[in-house]
Amino acid sequence: MPPEASSPISAPTVRHGSNAGQPLTRRDGVLKVTGRATYAADNHPQGMLYAVFAGSRIARGRVTSLDVAAAKAHPGVVEVLTPANRPPLAHDPDKKMPPFGFRVDVLQDDRVRYVNQPIALVVAETLEAATEGAALLDPQYTVERARTDLSNGERFAANGVGVGAPPRTAHGDIEAGFAAAARITEAEYETPAQYHNAMEPHAVVAEWDGDRVTLDMPNQALSLSAASYAAYFGIPAENVLIRSPFLGGGFGSKAMLNGPQILAILAARMLKRPVKLALTRAQMYGPVGHRGATWQTLRVGTDDGGRLTALHHRSISATSSFDDFLEPAANASLPLYASPAILVEHEGLRLDTGTPGPMRAPGEASGSAALEVALDEAAEACGMDPLDFRLANYAQTEPGTGRPFSSKALRDCYAQGAARFGWAGRPLEPRRMRDKDGFLVGWGMGTAVFPCPHFPAEARATLRADGTALVETSGVDMGQGAWTALAQIAAEALGLDPDKVEFHSGVSSLPSGGIAGGSGHTASAGLALHNAGQNAIAELGALAMADPASPLFGTGNIGVTARDGRLYLRDDDSRSDSYADILSRAGRAELAATAKAARDPAVAAAHAMFSHGAVFAEVKVDPDLGQIRVSRLVGAFAAGRIINPRLVRSQYFGGMIWGISFALQEVAATDRRTGRIMNADLAEYHVPVNADVPPMEAILVPEDDPYVNPLGVKGVGEIGITGTVGAIANAVWHATGVRARRFPIRIEDILNGGASFRAA
Amino acid sequence: MSLSISLVINGEPRTVQIDDPRVTLLDLLRERLDMTGTKKGCDRGQCGACTVLVDGRRINSCLSLAASLDGARVTTIEGLAEGDTLHAVQAAFIAHDGFQCGYCTPGQIMSAVGLIAEGHANGDPERIRELMSGNICRCGAYQGIVEAVLEAQKTLADQAGRDGRRNAA
Repeated sequence: MPPEASSPISAPTVRHGSNAGQPLTRRDGVLKVTGRATYAADNHPQGMLYAVFAGSRIARGRVTSLDVAAAKAHPGVVEVLTPANRPPLAHDPDKKMPPFGFRVDVLQDDRVRYVNQPIALVVAETLEAATEGAALLDPQYTVERARTDLSNGERFAANGVGVGAPPRTAHGDIEAGFAAAARITEAEYETPAQYHNAMEPHAVVAEWDGDRVTLDMPNQALSLSAASYAAYFGIPAENVLIRSPFLGGGFGSKAMLNGPQILAILAARMLKRPVKLALTRAQMYGPVGHRGATWQTLRVGTDDGGRLTALHHRSISATSSFDDFLEPAANASLPLYASPAILVEHEGLRLDTGTPGPMRAPGEASGSAALEVALDEAAEACGMDPLDFRLANYAQTEPGTGRPFSSKALRDCYAQGAARFGWAGRPLEPRRMRDKDGFLVGWGMGTAVFPCPHFPAEARATLRADGTALVETSGVDMGQGAWTALAQIAAEALGLDPDKVEFHSGVSSLPSGGIAGGSGHTASAGLALHNAGQNAIAELGALAMADPASPLFGTGNIGVTARDGRLYLRDDDSRSDSYADILSRAGRAELAATAKAARDPAVAAAHAMFSHGAVFAEVKVDPDLGQIRVSRLVGAFAAGRIINPRLVRSQYFGGMIWGISFALQEVAATDRRTGRIMNADLAEYHVPVNADVPPMEAILVPEDDPYVNPLGVKGVGEIGITGTVGAIANAVWHATGVRARRFPIRIEDILNGGASFRAA
Repeated sequence: MSLSISLVINGEPRTVQIDDPRVTLLDLLRERLDMTGTKKGCDRGQCGACTVLVDGRRINSCLSLAASLDGARVTTIEGLAEGDTLHAVQAAFIAHDGFQCGYCTPGQIMSAVGLIAEGHANGDPERIRELMSGNICRCGAYQGIVEAVLEAQKTLADQAGRDGRRNAA
């Protein structure tokens, strides 16, 4: 068994720098443990009003009346916004906002399209009065029958999935692949609607000054969102200032504009006073996105040696009645296993629900859950060990395209993870292991994979005559550690100790840090900071080399390196000059440089870029009650260069815990009669608590990637979920002999010997 | 209706006018006393983000009406550190990366301070997992939290031992 509480930071990274690569504690740590980190709803400008929205209690129909008079009569209520008096917006909310924005509900009419859709906004002097006012509205409805699942939803041909991915991709001849197969396994898998449930409810404090507005709000995409809000309110983008120094969790739900926040900003302009709105927990189940349900089918053909001949992955992905975000689940089968023929296809399903959106590993999580179980079923059919089966189907190059991977240390992940877990000697047959208390014990594994997107970003670096530096980009720290890791990258580029580097971030007026999403923020904003730092150092070097008083004078063709606040002549440490001296002799108080960064399209076209990993799980199942506990979890991940192993380990753990959650806990249960979510709170919508989480290990497998970006950094935020869900489900099968094919795995499915959505 | 109650908040006696009986302790702290370290995650006693100590006991401040607390001693996250010196639990949370986004952290730390003071779970990680399970962390920093509570418990016990010996001498 692994050590009880403390797992070591397992392996050094390949490339070490003076700053990047060090397991620093969080630079924002003291603020967060003392309660001084300021989240959006902590702001309280003078004269602030409180807004509470009334959410629809029906899923589909129309609002026929609201008792606005009763609400307004309540002491403290200042105004009630309804479709009758809602001031105009400059952008039609029923039109999508480019590039990624969804249609939103902002009281444009009396239609109801999902439960918890805003149907009125009450603004009052106190939170208590606004809450009571919203409760007094007593809405009346005409109700139409809600479409809640596969049995009554409207299926449609998908135009695209995820954020602009094609709905269908084919490599090779799928029918020929199945014709050549010695065995074919086929099964159906169901994943539920899940809700992000960041601990911090969505909130905004909006304060107008003429046609300028300051928005304190948690936001994962500052520059993009500022432009979108500007479009809604008909003002220039530079008139919108978003401050988002800390997010209390995002997971994708704070990347998009939503109706309630727009309404609060509108109310602040209408009433000429600052307005605060914070969603209740229940209101987060509707207007702020979720992971859409999927119904997936996997058909796997294998030859006599257990090698894939064909892989066919289909997903029916649910979306709302009025907008399209289809969980790109089937695409999980594209990058991972070698097969001469791969076909992935998606179909849409319209339900009376809020529009889904990206939620931590959108598509990858739900697709990997099904794929990794399907692979296990195929391995079982072939009589092979699940790890041997995956190794037999290891993709040396990207399946379908044949492109080389920019780097892929997945074999190391398999080997190190299996060794640490103790996978060798696992019985092939299920129901062969018991613990001392008589519980069934099972071991399962899954492969983790996640792409490496790169978003354009900008940054500024300023060297100061006192030997310190200021670096700036509108980065976003939602817990992944941007305040720390990005500062480490900047400090390294500048050749300064991190304590000498002041880092400004989290405000939309700074150079755009791109999007904190897609596990791409450290690479994207980090590269911009790196480039800005290098530009500043180059300019400083030019100053020194042109200065006859500098020891570096006239060495322009040799070059310099930056270290500990000094420029050194390359390969000759005896000649150096300090930043402070260079600047003061030049009479400069500071020297600033900017940079933009983006991925080189030629390098991107020539390489497939993914992080990889392997996850091994042990579960214990009560043989009589079917209760499942994860008892051990080991993940081994290769994600290029690691900037801060302490924070990366935490990201892997977080992802793996989301995997436990996906496998065993999370489901939004919809009442098929009303379309209402029956468990829209944190008592009934289960996410893991401390006691649900076993001792875990995350092994940081070294990987040097010369292509993914000049930093060699891949992403770590989402990969932990992938692989883990399948590993747990496969361990449950190994313990019980029951293939649970719907998530979360339910006790009744174990006791009933498995269930599929067709039988439900 | 206006009600005057006396509270001792982080050691400081306060007389607080409450003009609305619906005000919870959480909303009193956050919206009326400008003490926003304590967080609202659910307002239903389900997540633990609003945990504070009232007369030394851990409570969900969202479930407690301010008007019912006349005479109470309230300790919040703002009251733990002494100047620039962090409380042992705070320091251990940083050292063990017992948080990511930080939103549940004030509640986690107050729960940890409470359970250590109550003498629970001495050195037993399984008991700590159980006793900390009223505080949800969606980022999943649980392993670091357990490590932090274990270490802080030890640090505080060592301190108490030193203080005890000093007093005995």
